[in-house]
Formats: sequence, C-alpha cells, structure tokens
Amino acid sequence: MIPLITSIIAITLSAGTSLVYATIGEIYTERSGILNLGIEGMMLMSAVTAFATAFHTGSLLLAVLLAMLVGMLLALIHAFLSITMRANQVVSGLSITLFGTGLASFLGQRLGPESNGFNLSGMSAVKFNRLQIEGLGDIPLLGAVFNQDPLTYLVYLLIPVAWYFMYKTKFGLNLRSVGENPQTSDAMGLNVTKIRYLYTIFGGMLVGIGGAHLSLAYTPGWTENITGGRGWIVIALVIFSMWNPSRAILGAILFGGINAVQFRLQASGTDIPSAYLNMAPYVATILVLVLVTVWESHNRKVGPPAALGTSYMREDK
Amino acid sequence: METEKKPILEMRGITKRFPGVVANDHVDLELFPGEVLALLGENGAGKSSLMNVLAGLYRPDEGAIFIRGEKVQIDSPRDARNLGIGMVHQNFMVVDTMTVAENIILGLTEVSMIPDMGKISDRIREISSHYNLKVDPSAYIWQLGVGEQQRVEILKQIYRGAEILILDEPTAVLTPQESEELNNILRQMTSEGKAAIFITHKMEEVIAFSDWVRVLQHGKLVTVKRTSETNPQELARLMVGREVLFRIDKAPAEPKDVILEVENVDANDEKGMPALKGFSLQVRQGEIVGIAGVAGNGQRELTEVITGLHPVLNGSIKINGKDMTNRSPLAIIRSGVSHIPSDRIAMGVVGDMSVANNLVMKGYRRKPITHGGLLDPRRILDFARRMIDSFKIATPTPDTHVKFLSGGNIQKTILAREIDSCGGVLVAAYPSRGLDVGATEAVRNEMVRQRDKGSGVLLVSEDLDELLSVADRIVVMFEGQSMGELSSADAEVEMLGLMMSGVSKKKAEKEYYGSDHATGV
Repeated sequence: MIPLITSIIAITLSAGTSLVYATIGEIYTERSGILNLGIEGMMLMSAVTAFATAFHTGSLLLAVLLAMLVGMLLALIHAFLSITMRANQVVSGLSITLFGTGLASFLGQRLGPESNGFNLSGMSAVKFNRLQIEGLGDIPLLGAVFNQDPLTYLVYLLIPVAWYFMYKTKFGLNLRSVGENPQTSDAMGLNVTKIRYLYTIFGGMLVGIGGAHLSLAYTPGWTENITGGRGWIVIALVIFSMWNPSRAILGAILFGGINAVQFRLQASGTDIPSAYLNMAPYVATILVLVLVTVWESHNRKVGPPAALGTSYMREDK
Repeated sequence: METEKKPILEMRGITKRFPGVVANDHVDLELFPGEVLALLGENGAGKSSLMNVLAGLYRPDEGAIFIRGEKVQIDSPRDARNLGIGMVHQNFMVVDTMTVAENIILGLTEVSMIPDMGKISDRIREISSHYNLKVDPSAYIWQLGVGEQQRVEILKQIYRGAEILILDEPTAVLTPQESEELNNILRQMTSEGKAAIFITHKMEEVIAFSDWVRVLQHGKLVTVKRTSETNPQELARLMVGREVLFRIDKAPAEPKDVILEVENVDANDEKGMPALKGFSLQVRQGEIVGIAGVAGNGQRELTEVITGLHPVLNGSIKINGKDMTNRSPLAIIRSGVSHIPSDRIAMGVVGDMSVANNLVMKGYRRKPITHGGLLDPRRILDFARRMIDSFKIATPTPDTHVKFLSGGNIQKTILAREIDSCGGVLVAAYPSRGLDVGATEAVRNEMVRQRDKGSGVLLVSEDLDELLSVADRIVVMFEGQSMGELSSADAEVEMLGLMMSGVSKKKAEKEYYGSDHATGV
C-alpha cells in the first residue's frame, strides 16, 4: 500500500508542475488586468520548441530557455494586441491558442529527423531525470516529494517567492493596483502600459517553462496535443486560486492527483471504461471550481481583479 | 491686487480640445501661497479639464504652466507630483481592495522594495494628528464611508508632499459637519504656506472657503474677483451669464383627485432590515408633495416600491384608483408613472448608448417609433431633436453617447424622457442633486409645469430650500415612518429640522411654538 501511495504522490507532483508554472504565470498576467486565453497555444508551442531543441542540441538548458522565449513572444503578441491596439482580450487570446495549436502541430511534423519523415513524434531526446535528495528521499510517503525532477524542485521555490513578491513588495502592490484600478494607478504615477506589458510577458515566460516540463519531464517526447487541454484547466485553476499564487498549488494537486489516481487505476486493469477515467480530472476540476467559487463569493470579499479584461487609455471616459 | 506676493502657480492661455468640444479656451490662472482659489462654473464649464491638465492627466493643446515663476512641462501625474501638485479627484482615486497605507504609498519611487508598513503607518498617524484628519492606516478602503475616503485622499496628497492641493467638488458628498472640517483643514494647510484650488458650483462654498474666485463659462475665464468683494447673487449671474431666480414663481396648487395612494406599506432594505414601517401617503393631481428627511430613512425604498423596483411586504399602492402593489415596473410605467431615479448614471441612462436612444427608451414600444416590431431611425432622430430643443440638452449631436454629457445634461435627458412619457404621476428622487444653478432652475420649473398640467408629483429631496420653494406639501420621513406633514407655505426650516430628527409634528409644534400654540393643517 505504501509504495502505491508514494507513487501516486510522486505522479501528482510531476503532473501538477506544469500547471503550477502556467497558473502562477496567468495569475500575474490577470492581476495586471490582462486576460490571456492563449495559454493552451502557448504551452503547445513551448512544448514543441523545448523538445525539438533538446532533440537537436542535446542541451536541456537551451531547450528550457527557448521554450521561455517562445512563451514570452506569444505573450508579447497578446500584449500588443490587447494593450496597445486595445483589441478585445478574449478574441486576442483565443486567436493565440488557435495559432499556437496549429503551428505546434505543424512544427512537430517538420522539425523531426529525415529518417522519421521529419516527424518529431516517436523520437526520444535528453530529458529531465528525477534527482533524489540525499536523506530526504528515503522518508516513507514524503520521500516522493524529494524524488523529483529539477523543474519540480524549482516550483517548490517559485510558489512562496511568487506569493511574497505579490503581497509584500512594492512591485507587487503596483501590480495589484494596476489590475484593480488603472485610473487610480495612473494618477498615482504608475506607468499602467509598462506594467501590463511586463507581467503579460512574465506570465508568458512561466507558461513556457510549464510547456517545457511536459515534453522534457512529465511525458518526455512530442505527441500531438501533448497538453491535453491543460491550458484551459489553468484558466479554471486561476479562478480556483482566487488570483493568489500560494493557492495555485491546491488546484494543481487536485488535477494532478486525480490524474495520478486514474492513471494507476488504468494501469491496474480496472473494469471502468478508460474514457470515464480520462474524463475524471476535468470533471472534478470543474465541479470543485464551481463549488469553491460559489462558497468563496458568499464568504469573502475576494474576486477577480476589478479591471480584468478592460483596456486603459488616459483621457478616455 | 497685492503685488509683493509672487504666485506659486501660473497657467497662461491653456487650451484643451476634445473631439467636438473646446473644454478650455485660453484660460489664465494664478495661485498665491497661503491662499485658497475657488474655480466656479456650471457643469461642463471646463473646471475639471483645466485641473486635469495641471495634474498631468490631460495634455494641453496650447498654453504654458509656471511654478514659482519657472516654466514647467507636466506630461504625467508623476511630473505633477514632483512639482508638488496633488489632486483630490471627484471620483476618488483609491483602490478599494487595499488598505489606507497601501493606497498612500502607491507608485511612490522612494518607497523601498519591501515597504516597512509599520514605519509608514506611523508617519501617516503623525500627519493625521497634525491636521486632525482621523484615518486608520490599516483599514481597507471598502470599509470606509465617503467622508473618510476623502480624508484619505487629502492625507495621501500631504504625505506625497503636495504644496498645491486641487480639490474637485470636494463637498458634493459631505455632510455640513464634514464640510466644516474640510474648511478647517484647508485653513491650516494655507496657514503653513500651502495653496489650494477648489472646484465647485456652489456659491455659498466660494464665500465660505476661498480668498479668490475665478469664474469659468463654456471653457472661458469670465471673471477674477476677491471673494470678499463679491456675493452669491453676483457669482450666480457671472456663472450662468444671466440673472438667476432663486425663488420659483408658481401659482397656488389646485389639487384634484388622488392619483397616487400609498397605504400602510412595509418594506425591507437590501440587508433585510425594515426600511418602511406602515408608511402612508397621498398625492393628488395638480400638486407637488415633497418628502423631507436625512438620506437613508426609507426615501429610496419609498420611490422604488412605487415604481415596482422593490417588493412591498404589507400594505398597498394604488395608482389612479387601481391596485398596483408589487406589479412589474413595466405595468407601473404603463399605468402612468414616470421615475427620475436618485442614481442617474446607474438607473437613469445607458452611458454607452446615444442621447437619441436614451430618449426613446420608454417610447420605443409604441408607434410611431416602432413599426411592425422595427425601430424607425428617422422618427427616433426627429423625436430626439424635438426633445433636445425643448429641454435645451447641450449635446454635440443626438448620436453622442450619453456618458460624454455633463451631469446636468444627463439629468435633462432623463427629465425629457420621463416627462414626455408621464401619464399622471412623476416620482422624482433628488432631481437637482449635483446640478449647477442653471440646470437646477430648469429641473425645478419643469416639475412645477408638470403639476400645472395636472400631474401628481412626488419630490424626494435633501435640499430644504428646494422643498420649500417647489413642493406644496411636505411629508417628513424618519426611520421609515411619517413624522407628519406641513404645508410648505407656512413650514419653518427649524420645524422641519426637528421632525427630521425624529420628533413628531405635535411635539415639534410644542417645542417650536410653545405649548399653547395650536395649528392644524
């Protein structure tokens, strides 16, 4: 029993890692008032970039860096459209998802080796391996926490840092106020446009790491639609987190955990049809999301950043 | 003019154009240290635009600004702040979900990366006790009332080192006591060499608060005067550009049949607490019944139960003899009730729709505006032009979005629509609140005209002068009950004041006239 639970914890954390990166990225973006629905496309693009780079260069570092760069570039397009051009943010985000999904699929069929018909799927490359931390990794059950890949260890650090930055530093204060009330922020001398660009691109960078984790660590390799809709789950997890980085972990554990359990169940040959098991994490996330949101809105004075999804221009009425 | 004193601020020939409007047309301004300058003008005269130029929010198309004799360029609020200019906007610039202290340090470059909130709070408390501005640094803005939020705004500007404080209609939201406090704070600031500019359209405040007054009209500067050398009548004339009637000329009322009858109505407010307790009222055709009372004593619920926007728990509401209790707003509109709501932006107009469309928002259901379910744009435009003419709505075109109009013109738009569609009952809640003299006069005269045409008018107001001059009878409300009614011809302000504080009419008469005086209305 203990090995089973240990392995479920391990898979949960690994499955949740890409979600935490992308969720925290999107929380930062949304806190500045910009809604980015392009996550799914951005994760796919960064996943294919990371894998192709790892395959051709053998450098994991370069692979992650390029994935970050791709995430930032796509976020920059969204920032330009929604901040400078003042386009509808929903439309802009959805276009990025459509564009990213299509382009990633195309690149997956073109960046592979000639021997495989230039196809990347089915190839293998360098990947992030699990590193057991001496001493800690041997603890029963909890040891699973310290038997992970480097990107997951990095996420352990990212969560508290992201929370501290947002709530305890003046930059975090500026960020929150821009998403809450851009008029006031402008009158108080903040550069609303600059801050929105900055955190939209920063969010894209974290989404890029999330995408890289999928193709380099969680399910190493490239398969079409490797994200399995995770980009959309992230949008739900942001709401579930109530735009608080420290709560991103809860949503990621929920989705990752159910994923791990159903994975184990499928492996053990249960009678439940696999379609239902595959569906389970998504259904559960939606159900919990609805319940938690209803409960929260009744009990606390928290909600989305007040200016989320709106553009701001001085001298506008 | 005293010439020894050098102005701390000069604005020369400031011009600011918006698409279709010249908000400021070569306006000059001078401000001296230790003095308060009042900027007086009607809604839309360009006072706020001029100050937004100074605060770095608008860029002027022409003109120059000098601070302590030196020419300066103000491109952003940050520039303004570095020059010691701080503005308290009419719609407060605060972030609701943050604390007072967080709001005060927002955007300050000199604050360290990890702000020491304890130290900052101490500094805030220091300023707060020095100026007697009671504020709790750790309170969240959403927990504060408007008066407190304004104190936060003033404190914020002092904290940020403002030497020139701009206040945009600061008293519009304050009680008389809070206005008095504000005046004291301004006096203390000016005694320390700071200067203030004060935007208002109320003459009494110019007299009470300022040393100098500059009057703007249609974006142009018309006069500069020392406050001590002028009076409210003169200021009103300068502001509007003609003589203003402070009294409404009206014939005695000739009340006919009862058209609106509220009988023993109970209703709860939004929090579920009793707001109306067995309230009764009759309005006859051809009379104006005023409702006096301190805001929050059930006036809002009263107007909303009559117009079908709020549920009645017990009792009945009859319109033209027909029971309309808890009927839908549409059914009540069709029975002849018009409504000028207290919150004109939220309930009176759709800001992002054109003036024309807002004007037909009630008439669109009937012919000839609609034909076989389709709107007739030509007739809508004709109708709108007629309304714009007869109600003198100042709008660039009928297609202009309502949100671009000034408060007075938004109110005139609502008035035009409601009066045109009125079928006998007009419920008006605070119709002249926040309006300038010209618009107030127009609104009041329109209500009297409606009465003379035979409608019954229910006028809720917090302005006793308005009630005494416009209404024929006045009912005083206190905690959801009627304290009695007075004929406005012989009502005294002191009597009304007593009744508004919860003293019944009988007791109030005893206190006011002595025990042996007996009157009956």
